Amino acid sequence: MDGVAQLKKRLADYTTSLYDEGYLDDQFVQLQQLQDESNPEFVVEVVSLFFQDSQRLLSELAKALEQQSVDFRKVDAYVHQLKGSSSSIGAQRVQRACISFRNYCDDQNIEGCLKCLQQLKNEYSLMKNKLETLFKLEQQLLEAGG
Amino acid sequence: MMSSSSSGSGKKFSVLVVDDDPVIQRIHRVFLDRFGFETQVVGNGKEAVDLFCSGASFHLVLMDWDMPIMDGPKATRELRRMGVRSMIVGMTSRDRDSEKQEFVRAGSDDCCSKPLTSNTVTSLLQQLHTKYH
Repeated sequence: MDGVAQLKKRLADYTTSLYDEGYLDDQFVQLQQLQDESNPEFVVEVVSLFFQDSQRLLSELAKALEQQSVDFRKVDAYVHQLKGSSSSIGAQRVQRACISFRNYCDDQNIEGCLKCLQQLKNEYSLMKNKLETLFKLEQQLLEAGG
Repeated sequence: MMSSSSSGSGKKFSVLVVDDDPVIQRIHRVFLDRFGFETQVVGNGKEAVDLFCSGASFHLVLMDWDMPIMDGPKATRELRRMGVRSMIVGMTSRDRDSEKQEFVRAGSDDCCSKPLTSNTVTSLLQQLHTKYH
């Protein structure tokens, strides 16, 4: 029983830190509330969709910014998509990085956009690691009988 | 595809989610099912228009802004031109007021920002009960 209690605490502390550090916002709570017996894997499913979609968008962004003549409307459209999906899972820091990115698109500032893309990639990587850790902890708790 | 209406609180509303983002599609479907909607999802404005053309109808259409092939405002205009009287709600970004204005000009009944929240859906349900009373 000690093992389970410890795991529970680890999970709770880790989850709290994600909210405190701004990685997640209330939208993630809403997602968790949608998970039930009829959708037992809902959160993992949605987050996996997010990972797939984000990877695609990040690679499209890199391609678009490599062009001789950058189509800023296209770049903005990709960032807009990523902003939408990140906000829908509560990935607050990724969403914020998208907002800054769009400002540079509006200004048609290539240097700014490239810097933002790097920042976005970093935030996304961080978010991915954090969520994967969260799911691992939840899995461990489940397996320990919690 | 209008669901058969039952009296009072038993009414089941049908909703068409029009959005190309797979994350939003998944979330909104489960969210709306939870609130008792009969939910269908399509990936862009043209698919929505085609669905209505084929004779389908919905109480509510949640129309995303930016989609390939046919975007939200365009699809909204087309649906209104076809005589569609469903409640059409444009899904806009919080920081772009211009999107809301375009949606209203195109003929939408209301706008709300993505992603849906419980409060928004509750408010939409109230509006639907009033409209289809």
